[in-house]
Amino acid sequence: MTQQKTAEELAKKQREISIAEFFEKNRHLLGFDNPRKALLTAVKEGVDNALDACEEARILPEVNVEMIQLAENRFRVVMEDNGPGIIPKQVPKIFAKLLYGSKFHKLAQSRGQQGIGISAAVPASITSKTGPDKKAYHCKLKINTQTNNPDILEEKETDWEGKNHGTRIEIDMEGTYIKGRQSVDEYLKETAIVNPHVTIIYTTPEAQQIIFPRVTETLPTEAKEIQPHPYGVELGRLMKMLETTETKTLQQFLTTEFCRVGASAAKEICENASLLPTAKPHNITRDMTEQLMNGIQKTKIMAPPTDCISPITAELLERGLRKEINAEFYCSASRPPAVYRGNPFIIEVALAYGGEQEADSAVRIMRFANRVPLLYQQGACAITSAIQNTAWRSYGLNQSAGSLPVGPCTIVVHMSSVWVPFTSESKEALAHYPEITKEIKLALQDAGRKLASFISKKRRIGDEAKKRSYIEKYIPHVAEAITEIASLTVQQKQEMEQNLRTILEKTRGELEDISIDNPDYDPELAKIGQEEETEEEIPPEEETKTRRKAKEEKKTAGGDDDDDDKDDDHDEEEHDGQTRLM
Amino acid sequence: MTPKKQEKQTDKPVVVRIVSTAQEMYTTIHQQKQPQLKIPLRALSNVEYNETDGFFKLLPGVKLRTLTASTIRTFAQTLRMMGLSKQLVETEDIATKREAYYVSKNWGDARFLEQPESDTVMDDLEAMMGVNREQIGFIPEEKGGDVAGELVVIDVDTETNKELEIDCTKFGSGAYSVPSSCEHLRFKTKAKFILAIETSGMFERLNKHKYWKTANCILVSMGGVPTRACRRFIRMLADSQKIPVYVFTDGDPYGFGNIYRTLKVGSGNAAHINEFFCVPQARFLGVTPQDIVDYKLPTHPLKEIDVKKIKDMIKNDPFIIHYKSWQKALEQMTKMKVRAEQQALAKWGLNYVIDTYLPEKIANPKTWLP
Repeated sequence: MTQQKTAEELAKKQREISIAEFFEKNRHLLGFDNPRKALLTAVKEGVDNALDACEEARILPEVNVEMIQLAENRFRVVMEDNGPGIIPKQVPKIFAKLLYGSKFHKLAQSRGQQGIGISAAVPASITSKTGPDKKAYHCKLKINTQTNNPDILEEKETDWEGKNHGTRIEIDMEGTYIKGRQSVDEYLKETAIVNPHVTIIYTTPEAQQIIFPRVTETLPTEAKEIQPHPYGVELGRLMKMLETTETKTLQQFLTTEFCRVGASAAKEICENASLLPTAKPHNITRDMTEQLMNGIQKTKIMAPPTDCISPITAELLERGLRKEINAEFYCSASRPPAVYRGNPFIIEVALAYGGEQEADSAVRIMRFANRVPLLYQQGACAITSAIQNTAWRSYGLNQSAGSLPVGPCTIVVHMSSVWVPFTSESKEALAHYPEITKEIKLALQDAGRKLASFISKKRRIGDEAKKRSYIEKYIPHVAEAITEIASLTVQQKQEMEQNLRTILEKTRGELEDISIDNPDYDPELAKIGQEEETEEEIPPEEETKTRRKAKEEKKTAGGDDDDDDKDDDHDEEEHDGQTRLM
Repeated sequence: MTPKKQEKQTDKPVVVRIVSTAQEMYTTIHQQKQPQLKIPLRALSNVEYNETDGFFKLLPGVKLRTLTASTIRTFAQTLRMMGLSKQLVETEDIATKREAYYVSKNWGDARFLEQPESDTVMDDLEAMMGVNREQIGFIPEEKGGDVAGELVVIDVDTETNKELEIDCTKFGSGAYSVPSSCEHLRFKTKAKFILAIETSGMFERLNKHKYWKTANCILVSMGGVPTRACRRFIRMLADSQKIPVYVFTDGDPYGFGNIYRTLKVGSGNAAHINEFFCVPQARFLGVTPQDIVDYKLPTHPLKEIDVKKIKDMIKNDPFIIHYKSWQKALEQMTKMKVRAEQQALAKWGLNYVIDTYLPEKIANPKTWLP
């Protein structure tokens, strides 16, 4: 008989869960769920941070990424930037404390958001230098998962010769190096495409060095920080703000802590919330906060300012696409700023059609959020569903209802916002806010219309060319028959063919050429991140497993009695073989 | 222009026309103008009918085929076909429609992909030259029809060139088969009329019971819409022996509009040769819409397509438009919403058609349709 336990006994096991412990157990939430993805996630977090830091300090970023294979499934990832550096006191917290950072609390467009990112990849060794005359600070860190605090394993001051300022991270980690659309290679390439002001020097585990040089010396316009908009604030956040504010009255609180709230709007909110404008923010209770929330929703407040967003610009997006894809036609579209939950955002779209792209498969989608490529969870992303729900047939692509269009086309979608809503902490897919989906669709439709006019022009020219070759084909027959019937000479026949050509030429329009005319195309760049055939082969030890799985699938799908019998026989044979081996 | 054997020498004008067409075209091309082919419009809309002539006459409507990118293939094919025709006529050779189609396989890209393509071009050429296809060297493969009864056909033995007398009463349960070209045939008969029958089933029944003997007539099975040869055979026979022609088809729009009308006045498609390939003296014996009522025949409902066909006939067929009685009959059928087959008479006994229906109908011209 099991003994009953008392609440006191149970209480012994009840304790606080540290955020670090939580994510230690739930590494998949951060994108470290499988070894193939782990390397990418580490590089992504590191590079995102480096670029954010450089841009914030208004330095043209130059990022060095190196991956060294230490053992079959073990890699050293080295990332070095020319950013402003980090003062020694902050280094441990920034790299070895989860939910620590500067980006979560402010509303400004940046790559990182939550302050989780890179910390999940530690233990790491960090070197950072903040100025040419200063010593560099070096330390080795790991997270104390119990307390979510950094453990400093080793720290010292060093000289960092030849470096004025910057930060270098070395992480030793488990992982598998892959090529393809979800690889580090692809990620860095796409990053370079949408960040034309960045130079990336990348050394692969195969010791191959790839340099993505910057193509513009101009930094993107500085992302401005904005105050939260009342429409976007949640209850908890509002309570916290009321608690910590230095303002004396509710009206003052509303006008100073939020954007787009003036005295009259603040009074209206208070009235709608049945609260006094003179109430002290610290005295507002939970119930009153809820009242305030309702009051905000009832009040008409001007949309947040949108100059805080720095989009890539349609022109640069298109130019990046030209480097990557050799197509016949490129176009782009950008939407005016829009707002979801009080957060301003801008959608930009670019298309490449035709050329060397595959015609019989679904279009290729390249997704970006705040200049960061999104490589995983395409299916869960609002961008994907917006593409699926756009009627591409009228724009000249094939599409069965509700699925991705099919055609020789690449679609790039970029969302920039002060706060990009991801579906998870690993930041791989945009959440389905109706405002966002709508804007993406509008941008896609805009680009789609341009595409449609190109496709119809191409078709027209194709018809024209066909007619022309058609004429060429039959002129000799017309001439031949007339010559034969009227017994003409060879000379007369040749002259007749010439005349026929002239006559038919007159009835035809001018023939315009459509071909790939893309001086920006960079075939070497395009190759990066592409699957290599040989790497796709299934390793022998996995082969049997895969085969068996395929067989099982066939079984469930087919249900043909004969087939089942055969499979069973086969399984028995294998089993026999194993027994004999034992 | 009457297609008779002894006029073989005058076939040459066809060659002359073909050559002059090609030369004109050469001159036009030389002037860098678009050459054109003038082809008489072969459609019901381009024929007229009057009782005196007794057949569908071609109106001057033409279709102009101008050499452009979209017509160049057919253009080349028509010219090629003209070349083949010239060669055939000059060497006094002939080719069947199917053979002509295969000859085209030598023409590279200008070859015909399907026989209907080559048939159309051939019909165009025929209409352009204003002659029948035998005169431009092509012969049809279609069977002419079956004949039984009190008739002796005088043909020529191809080996000995001697006259050959064929007695159409002596085929037993079989029948004499009309050749594809019958211009050289002559006839001896004492029959009182010719009965042209739509279905071979009805023909077999009448032949088996020697109806031709009882009624002293000649039976011809048309097997659907009569071929040119069949029409020509009946026409020559009726003209030379001065005997009437009665037509016996199913009581449906197809029997009236396609079979009977084509036999009597020709078709819109081959209007340029209708003059010879029609039987103006033919009369419609049955099954008329009124017969369906009078003989209480079992019926089938009219299909939507039948109703449409009737409407179209009343509106567009110059022959039907000419005869009030036909329009009335067709309107009657539309109202009745039914049609009846020849074999429906079997309801009253298998030989009712021989013993009652045909004698009654022949005796009473008022029940016929013009």
